[in-house]
Amino acid sequence: MILDGKCPKGPIQTSWDRHRFDLKLVNPANKRKYKVLVVGTGLAGGAAAATLGELGYNVEAFCYQDSARRAHSIAAQGGINAAKNYPNDGDSIYRLFYDTIKGGDFRAREADVWRLAQVSNNIIDQCVAQGVPFARDYAGYLDNRSFGGAQVSRTFYARGQTGQQLLLGAYSALSRQVKAGTVKLFARTEMLDLVVVDGEAKGITVRDLITGEIRTHVGDAVVLATGGYVNVFYLSTNAMGCSVTANWRAHKKGAFFANPCYTQIHPTCIPQHGEHQSKLTLMSESLRNDGRCWAPKKKGDNRHPNDIPEEERDYYLERKYPSFGNLAPRDIASRAAKEQCDDGRGVGPGGRGVNLDFSDAIKRVGEHTIRERYGNLFEMYEKITDENAYKQPMRMYPAPHYSMGGLWVDYNCESNVPGLFVLGEANFSVHGANRLGASALMQGLADGYFVIPYTIANYLAKTKPGAVKADHPECKKSVEDVKSYNNRLLNINGKKTVSEFHRELGKIMWENVGMARSEESLKDAIKRIPVLREEFWKNVKVTGKGEELNQQLENAGRVADFLEFGELMAKDALHRNESCGGHFRTEHQMPDGEAKRDDENYCYVGAWEFKGVDKEPELHKEPLTFENVHLAVRSYK
Amino acid sequence: MNLTLHVWRQSGPKAPGKLEQYEAKNVSPDQSFLEMLDEVNEHLIKEGKDPIAFDHDCREGICGMCSQVINGVPHGGQERTTVCQLHMRNFNDGDTIYIEPWRALAFPIQKDLIVDRNALEKIMQAGGYTSCHTGGVADGNAILVPKIAADYAMDAAECIGCGACVAACPNGSAMLYTSAKVAQLAALPQGQAEAAERVCAMTEAMQEAGFGNCSNHYECQAACPKGINVKFIARLNREYQKALFK
Repeated sequence: MILDGKCPKGPIQTSWDRHRFDLKLVNPANKRKYKVLVVGTGLAGGAAAATLGELGYNVEAFCYQDSARRAHSIAAQGGINAAKNYPNDGDSIYRLFYDTIKGGDFRAREADVWRLAQVSNNIIDQCVAQGVPFARDYAGYLDNRSFGGAQVSRTFYARGQTGQQLLLGAYSALSRQVKAGTVKLFARTEMLDLVVVDGEAKGITVRDLITGEIRTHVGDAVVLATGGYVNVFYLSTNAMGCSVTANWRAHKKGAFFANPCYTQIHPTCIPQHGEHQSKLTLMSESLRNDGRCWAPKKKGDNRHPNDIPEEERDYYLERKYPSFGNLAPRDIASRAAKEQCDDGRGVGPGGRGVNLDFSDAIKRVGEHTIRERYGNLFEMYEKITDENAYKQPMRMYPAPHYSMGGLWVDYNCESNVPGLFVLGEANFSVHGANRLGASALMQGLADGYFVIPYTIANYLAKTKPGAVKADHPECKKSVEDVKSYNNRLLNINGKKTVSEFHRELGKIMWENVGMARSEESLKDAIKRIPVLREEFWKNVKVTGKGEELNQQLENAGRVADFLEFGELMAKDALHRNESCGGHFRTEHQMPDGEAKRDDENYCYVGAWEFKGVDKEPELHKEPLTFENVHLAVRSYK
Repeated sequence: MNLTLHVWRQSGPKAPGKLEQYEAKNVSPDQSFLEMLDEVNEHLIKEGKDPIAFDHDCREGICGMCSQVINGVPHGGQERTTVCQLHMRNFNDGDTIYIEPWRALAFPIQKDLIVDRNALEKIMQAGGYTSCHTGGVADGNAILVPKIAADYAMDAAECIGCGACVAACPNGSAMLYTSAKVAQLAALPQGQAEAAERVCAMTEAMQEAGFGNCSNHYECQAACPKGINVKFIARLNREYQKALFK
C-alpha cells in the first residue's frame, strides 16, 4: 500500500495556514458533547489535554505515574528551539526548517517540519505567559544560546532544567482545566488496549495500577502521547516506566508502526558499573567542548588513567576526524567509542567506557573556569561514580536516548486508524533519521498546543458524539482480552524474573540492533528474539494477583511487548539497506565512516502492519518528496 | 557489603503494617539505593514472596517519584539528593537500615513504601497556574522580566513535588511545596493579576487536604533534594497577608 501523508500542496510557506483554514470546525456549543481520551501527560499529552479542555471538549487524561508532572519530558535538560531571531543572528522559520530537514537526513516530511518551525515561536510565547522562568538578560529580555551544533543561537533554556520547567508549564495548564472540570485526570492508570469499533478508535482499556481494576473508557477520539521505546535496550537514559506498551497494543489493533529502527544513541553517558544497574545517566554533550576523548593504545591496559603516558593514549576522535575532533556528531562519536571498547581497549568496570579528559583544558583555562562551565555535571558524575573528574578523566559510554520512529501518522497527526491521533515522541513524524538537539521538546509542545486542537476538530466534526457506549461488545471483548492476557502472565509461575528477561533482550538488542547494525547481526537478533519470547511465556515468574497494586505484573506486560517490538525493530533495520543518521548499517558507510544514504531506493517512510505475533509484518511505504530543500549529503566537515 | 534491612510492609491502605527484616547480600558500593532494593526484590520473587513495592521512575533525581524515609530521614539524608541518587557507598558493611514510607496524615499509604500524594495535586489545581489560554498570548519579549526576578522564580520553580518536605516536617506541613509555586508566580509579572486569589486558594487547599502548619523547624529545607529555601515560606506568608488586606 502506498500511504498518503495528506500534506498540503503548494508553497510551503503558507501550507499550514491554508490547511488550518480548510480543516473543519466544531461549533463551540457542540464541543462539550465530544469526549477525547488523552493517554500520556508529558509535554505532548499534557499540552494536548489542557488545550482541548480549554476549547471546551470533555477530556479524560491518563498517566501511569502518580502525577502528570512526573512524565519523562521532565528530564530533558538542554533547551527548546524556536526561530525567534531575537539575537539578530539570521535565524528564520525557513532556516530552522532547513536545518531540521537536513539534520533529519531527509527522512522527515517537509510540510510537517515546516509547521514545527512555524509554531515554534508560539510555543515560547505560550510558555512565557504560563510563567516558565526562562533565562533572561539584565534588561529583562529572553536569553538564547546555541545548541547541538547549530550556527545560530535559537535555544531557549531554563538553567539545566528546561524540560522540567516546560512540563510544569503544561502541567499547570492541565491543573487549571482539572479544576475547571473540563479534564478528568486518571493517574496511576495504564493503557493496555485500544478499542476499535467499525474501524475507528473509540476507547481504551486500562488497568488501575492501585486496585488492578481493568475497565474501558470510551470516547469519540483517542490521542496517544506516550513517549518513546528505547527501553527495549534495557539500559537507556529513559525513565524506568517508559515502554512501548500503549503504542504496541494500538499497533496490534491496526495502527502502522513507522521507522522503528531509527533510534538515537547519545555519546556522553556515565558507563554501566555492573550487572545489576537499572539505567544510564546522560551527561550534557557540551562536555566535549573541553574534554578530549581517548582510550589506551594497548589492549587491556588497566593502569590508572593518570599513569598512562601521553604516547600510549589514542585520541581516537582527533585522529580519525581531524577537522571535527572531539566535537564529531552524536552518531559518529558514539560509534567510535563503542569501537574502542569492542577492540578491547575500553576503560573502567567491564571495559565499557572511554576517557573524557579535562586535564588539558584545566591546564589551559584553569580549574575555576571548568568548574564554572560544568560544575554541576562534575558533581553529578562524582555522586554516581565516586570519582573526581577534576583529578582524573571522566568515563563515558554511549546510551540509547530517544526514539525517532513511532506510530505512523499523517499531516493531521492521525494514524491510519481513524480517530487515533499520536503526538510527540510516540509518533514517527518530524525527526526523521537523526534528531538535532533541542527539538524534542519543541515537537512535543507543538503537537500538543498548536496542532492537535485544529486537526482533531476535523475528525470530530464528521463524527456523531457518544456513538459508542461502555457496554459495546468490543469494549467487553477488550476487557476480557486484557484480563486473560494478564492472567496468562500471572499463571506461568516459572523460574526467571521479568528483569532477567528484559536484561537478556537488552543485550541482544544492544549488540545486534544498537548503534551499528549489519545484515548478519540483525538476522541473528531476528533468530534469537522469538526464542527468548517463547521462553518468557513458559518460564517467567510473576508474583501476586491481578486485582492489587502489582509492579511485577506491570513490568511483565511491558517486557512482553518489548519482546515482540524488538523483533520488528530488527526487521525494519534489516530491510533498510542504507545508513541514515541514527540508523547505521556497517555495510553502508563512506570511507570516512559517515552514514551512506541511498536516496534512490530508501527515500520513504517504512510503515509496518501487524499480522500476528509469529507472522511476517507487512511493509507499507510513504514516499518522501523534497521540493524546498534538495537532497544532499549531510556533512559536518 | 552485607546489610540488614528493616522495611515497612503494608499490603493496603487499611491493612496493618509492620517492619520486616531482610538481608541484602553482596551489595556493590556503586549501586544506587534503589538498585540495591531491586536486587532484594529479585531474590524475594524467586522465593515466591511478594516483592517490596516502592515508587520510582526517572532514577536521575528529577521526576520526584521516589519517596523513602531511610533511617528516619526522607531521601536518606545526603544533602540535595533524591533516594534514586543515593549510592550504597554511603553505607558500611554490616549496617542496619530502616526503610519506611513518607509519613503524613495527608499521604495515606497505598502499599509498602508507596503513598498517595494526590493532596499535592489538589493544591496545584487550586491555583498553581496563570489563567492564560493557549494561543493569542503576547510575544515572549513583550513582557520584560528583570533577571533578578527571573532567577528568583527559577530558584522556586526547581521544586520537584516529591513531598519530602511534608515527610520531614513534624507538623506534616506542605508549606515549602506550596510556597515554591506561590513565590515563583508572585515574582513574575505574568502571575501578578491573580496573585491574591492564588495564595488564598492554595492555602485553603493545603488546609483542606490535612497538611499541618509551619512552625519554623526548617526540616523541610534540610530534606529538600532541590534545596528549596524556607525564604519562600516567608514569601507565602507575606503574600497571604497582603491578600487578606485587599
